[in-house]
Amino acid sequence: METTKKNSVDRRLFMKTSLLASGGILFGFNLLEALNPKALVPTTVEDLNFHEFNAYIKIAENGKVTLFSPNPEIGQGVKTSMPMIVAEELDVAWEDVTVVQAKLDTENFKRQVAGGSQSIRKGWKPLRQTGATARQMLLEAAALKWKVSSVSLSTKEGFVFHENGSKLGYGELVEAASKLEIPSNVTLKNPEEFSIIGQGKRNVDVYKITKGESLFGLDYKVEGMLYAAVLRPPAFGQKLKSFDATQAKKLSGVVNVFQFEDNIAVIANNTWAAFSAKKLIVAEWSSDASIDGTLELNSKMETIIENDKLKSLKKKGDVKVALNSSDKVLEASYDSSFLPHNCMEPMNFYANVTPEKIELAGSIQTPQNSVNSVAKKLGRDISEIDLKLTRIGGGFGRRLTGDFVVDAAVISDIAKKPIKLVYTREDDMTGGIYKPAVKYKFKAALKKNDLIGYELKEAAVNRGMGRHHAQNFPFGAVPNLNIASGLVQSEITIGWWRAPVSNFLAFAEQSFLDEVAISLKKDPIEYRLEMLANVKGKVNYSASRMIAVIEKVRKDSKWGSSVEGTFKGFSAYYSHQSYVAEVVEIEMKDGLPVIKKVYCAVDCGVVVNPMGADNQVVGGIIDGVGHAMYGDFEFENGKPTSSNYDKYRLIRMNETPQVFCTFVKSDEDPTGLGEPTLPPVSGAIGNAIAAATGKRIRKLPFVKNWELNV
Amino acid sequence: MKKFQLKINGKTYKVKVDETTPLLWVLRDELGLVGTKFGCGIGQCGACTVHFNGSATRSCLLPVSAVVGSEITTIEGLSENNDHPVQKAWQELDVPQCGYCQAGQIMTASAFIEENQNPSREEVRDAMHGNICRCAAYNRIENAVVLAAKEKQSNS
Ligand code: FES
Ligand code: FES
Repeated sequence: METTKKNSVDRRLFMKTSLLASGGILFGFNLLEALNPKALVPTTVEDLNFHEFNAYIKIAENGKVTLFSPNPEIGQGVKTSMPMIVAEELDVAWEDVTVVQAKLDTENFKRQVAGGSQSIRKGWKPLRQTGATARQMLLEAAALKWKVSSVSLSTKEGFVFHENGSKLGYGELVEAASKLEIPSNVTLKNPEEFSIIGQGKRNVDVYKITKGESLFGLDYKVEGMLYAAVLRPPAFGQKLKSFDATQAKKLSGVVNVFQFEDNIAVIANNTWAAFSAKKLIVAEWSSDASIDGTLELNSKMETIIENDKLKSLKKKGDVKVALNSSDKVLEASYDSSFLPHNCMEPMNFYANVTPEKIELAGSIQTPQNSVNSVAKKLGRDISEIDLKLTRIGGGFGRRLTGDFVVDAAVISDIAKKPIKLVYTREDDMTGGIYKPAVKYKFKAALKKNDLIGYELKEAAVNRGMGRHHAQNFPFGAVPNLNIASGLVQSEITIGWWRAPVSNFLAFAEQSFLDEVAISLKKDPIEYRLEMLANVKGKVNYSASRMIAVIEKVRKDSKWGSSVEGTFKGFSAYYSHQSYVAEVVEIEMKDGLPVIKKVYCAVDCGVVVNPMGADNQVVGGIIDGVGHAMYGDFEFENGKPTSSNYDKYRLIRMNETPQVFCTFVKSDEDPTGLGEPTLPPVSGAIGNAIAAATGKRIRKLPFVKNWELNV
Repeated sequence: MKKFQLKINGKTYKVKVDETTPLLWVLRDELGLVGTKFGCGIGQCGACTVHFNGSATRSCLLPVSAVVGSEITTIEGLSENNDHPVQKAWQELDVPQCGYCQAGQIMTASAFIEENQNPSREEVRDAMHGNICRCAAYNRIENAVVLAAKEKQSNS
C-alpha cells in the first residue's frame, strides 16, 4: 500500500518544465536518475532531446495532453499502460490523452527496453510520481490565481476545482504552472481513487492497426532507400571460402553483391530482387562435418550430468543423506529442444551510415545496446547515432539481441547507401538466436509419505539457469535440496526466449512434482498446498500469494469434479515476480491429446489495464500450449533442419483451447504480465496427459513422435 | 521489367516490375501499401492476405502478372472509414497484441463472413486456421469474427 511518506522524494531531482513557444507546458523527466542541473527542457516539441530527459508530458492550452512514451511497443501493451499510469496521477480524462512513441537518440535513455516483463514493474512508481508532480504544479498555479491555499483545491479529469464550485482547465493554468518550482513533496492517489488504472483501455494503436497504417519496422521507408538481403553460412560455425555472384548480379534490380565477414550481402532496388538474387549466389563454405548437431549436443549434456561436471547453485541440508535414508527414490529426466522465436515480423532494420552521422530505424527491444554495438563495430561515437523506434511485430526475447541492427549498419557502411536489411522467414528461422536445448535430471527422496530430498541437475547448451531460479520453490519447502547446473558449449547462438529458463524449468519441475504427488498417493493440488503451508526460512517468493492463486484456480476449474472423457492437469509457477496457477482440461481424440480449456489465476499486483492484461495472459498461455504441443527445432551438423512454417509448426486457431483467466485482486505493485503465464501450461498439459493415459511424457514437444514419447 | 496496370482498392495503378514479382512486394515496395504484411513468403502464415476478386488470397505467392484485370482489395481499401464490421469488431474487442498479423486476419475474416453469413464457432476456427498469430491472440480473433458476423447480419 502506498503511503505519503514513501513518496517524499525530492522531485526536483528528476523533473523540469518549460513553456512551449507554441503555448502549453512541457514537463521533461527522467525516470531513472537525477538530472544535470544545467539540463533544459526544450521549448518546442520538435526539439525534444532524450539526452537528459527520458520522457515528456505536454499539456496544451486547450488542455489536451500528449505523452511521449518511453518504451518500445512489442505487443505487450506498455505504450498504453505506461501512459495510463501517468494520466491517472495527473488526473486527466483518458480521452484527452495522445501517446507518441519517443525516438531514441541518446546514451541516457537507459530503461528503453521492452523485455523481461519489466517495463511496468520498474516504471510504476516513477511514472506515478511524475504524473502527481505535474498535477501538483497545476494545482499550485490555480491556487495562486484564486489566491487560496492549494490544500482547499481538488482536481478531476483535467480541471482544478475550487471549493466554491468554480473550475479552471489545466490548459488555462499551464503558463502560470511553468513558472513554478517543482514541488518536492507529492501525494500519490490511494488505489481506491483510481479511475484510469484498473479500467480496460484499448491499445492506443488499435485503429491504426485495423486500417493497415505504416507502423512497423518493415513498413519504414525513406526516399532513395535500397533493400539488402544476406546469405549466411548454412551451419553455425561455418566459414565462407569463396562465392560466385555472376548470375545474381545479372538479375534486374540488383545493385551490388559483396562479402562482409562470413556472409554475402545483396543490395537491390526492391525486396523481391534482393531475395531472388540471394538464391542465385553460388557459395562454398568450410566443412561442417565436425560441427555438433542436436544428437551430439544431447549426448554431451547427458555426459556432463553423468560425470557430475556441474556447479551447485543452491543447497540445503544434505540431499545425499536424504536419498540414502529414504524409503523410495523417484528419478526422472526431462528434455526440451532449441526453439526459434519466429516473431511474425521477420528481423529487419534500416541503416544509413554517412561520414557525418548514422541513422537507424526499426523494431528493436534494446535500442540503447544496439546503438552501443553499432558505435563499437564501426568505430563511431554514440553521439553521431540516431535511432528511431517503430512498433515491433513481436519480440519474445528475439529483439533483445540487435545482431541484425549491427549487420544493417555494416552493410550500409560498405554500400555507402541507405539500406533496409530484410530477413526472409528462412533467414529468420535459421540465422536466429535460440532458446537453448536443456536436459534436467531429478531425484526425489520419499520417506514416510513425505518428500525429504530434492535434487535437480541441469545441463544446457551455452546458457542455463541462474541462482535466482534455483532459489525459487521448491526451495524452502523441502528439507534437503541441491540444484546444480553445467553447460555444453556450441556455436549455435543462444538468447532469451519468452520467460527464459522458466519456460522449460516449469515444465520439468511441475511434471516431476506431479509424479511425486502421484507416488505419495496425494491429490496434486492438495499436496502443493500442503508443501506451501510448510515453507520454512527465508525464501524469495510469497507462499501465501501462491496459495491464493492455487485456491482460485481450483475453484474456477471445478477441480475434483469429473466429466466423462475429460482429464485435468494442474501446475503453478512463480516467475517475473508474478504468481500463476493453471488447470488444463484435455480430451483424447484418435489417441492424441486435444487441449480444450485452460483455467488460470494470476496475481501480478495491481492490474493497470485489464483489457491489455487479459490479452497478454491469454496469449502467453496459448503460446505456451502451442510450443509445448508442436515446438521443435533440431540441428544436424550445426544446421537447422527446418526453416519455414511448412516444417516448423506453430499453433493455429483450430488447435487453441478456450482460456479463462482471472486476476486475484491485489494492491501490490504491478509485476510481469507478458511472460509468467507461459511457463506453467506445459506442465499442466503433461499432467493432464498422465491423468488421461497413465503415461508420463518427459520430452517436449508432446505430439512429436507421439508413440515414442508415450 | 514489364509494365502492368493494376486495379487496387478501386484505383488504377501503373507499375514497372519483373513479371515474377509477387503482388505482395508490388504493394509494399512499389505502391507504398504496406498494410499487407510479409510473414513467410510460402503461403503458410496468411499475413499477406488480400482479396482477389473478393476471395481471400495469399499475395506472397501471387505473381503480379496474374492479377491484371482483376479487382484487388487490401486492408487499406477494406472500408472508407475503418468501419467494416470486421474492423469494428477488432476495435471493440481490442484484438491486436503486436498487431503484425492482424491485417491478414482481418482480410481472411472479412472474405469469410461474406460467404458464410451465420458461421458456427467451429466454422470460424476452421476458416481462420490459415492465419498464424504468433502472439496467440486467437481467442479474441475468434470472438471478433463471431461478433463481426452478427453485426453484418443485423446490418443486412
Ligand atoms: S507471407 Fe504469404 S502466407 Fe505468409
Ligand atoms: S498480434 Fe502479433 S502476431 Fe498476431
